[in-house]
Amino acid sequence: MAVRLQHEPLDAVAEVAALTRGRTDIGAIVTFTGICRGSEDGAPITALTLEHYPDMAEAEIARHIEEAERRWALLGVTVIHRYGRIAPGEEIVLVITASSHRQDAFAAAEFLMDYLKTRAPFWKQVERAGHGSWVDAKSADDQAADRWTATGHDAAAE
Amino acid sequence: MKILYFAWVRERIGKADEELDPPAGVVTVADLMRWLAGRGEEYSYAFDNPKVIRAAIDRLHVRADTAIGSAREIAFFPPMTGG
Repeated sequence: MAVRLQHEPLDAVAEVAALTRGRTDIGAIVTFTGICRGSEDGAPITALTLEHYPDMAEAEIARHIEEAERRWALLGVTVIHRYGRIAPGEEIVLVITASSHRQDAFAAAEFLMDYLKTRAPFWKQVERAGHGSWVDAKSADDQAADRWTATGHDAAAE
Repeated sequence: MKILYFAWVRERIGKADEELDPPAGVVTVADLMRWLAGRGEEYSYAFDNPKVIRAAIDRLHVRADTAIGSAREIAFFPPMTGG
């Protein structure tokens, strides 16, 4: 498992290569890359700035990877989340999951993204014409995270 | 204990963190929010609607009814918008 928080741009191809190098047990790799859109709620934006709680973010992401490893037969996981100012078109987050068959890698990647959205301590601020405004949390993201628990409750939060 | 603030909670209070020693009557996270809200205008503005504020004790998400106990670090922040 690898968790990294960085301001620098990320390279999905290089990260996949690092995860699979010298291995023949992996049969499936799923990568998800979240990218900064050039508009938010129909209006163009200049940039996003992500604030984060460094020590907690790393620990919280690691806890959710451990939860994913308990649920699915994973052979490797890499999560990289950027912080700071990010321009439209640049990557924000990268999730890579590896397994011997595709179902585990697909499900784990989706699970991790749903939890990153609602549980990882990051906050997005939208910049328009030099003016910043905080992005509101979306209830659709909460619902996406809730569907992974039978009770609609996050077990990893307890 | 160290109290940390993030995003608009930090902006409203005007600082990222501070060392505070809450009185004995402050038992839960909700108590701490009420006590902080009484510390001044910027705090009452930040904790105006405590229902929307999330908290973490020693870097773990907790609910407002959680006892503070011997917490070293308590953070307050809005709902998260990462990913």
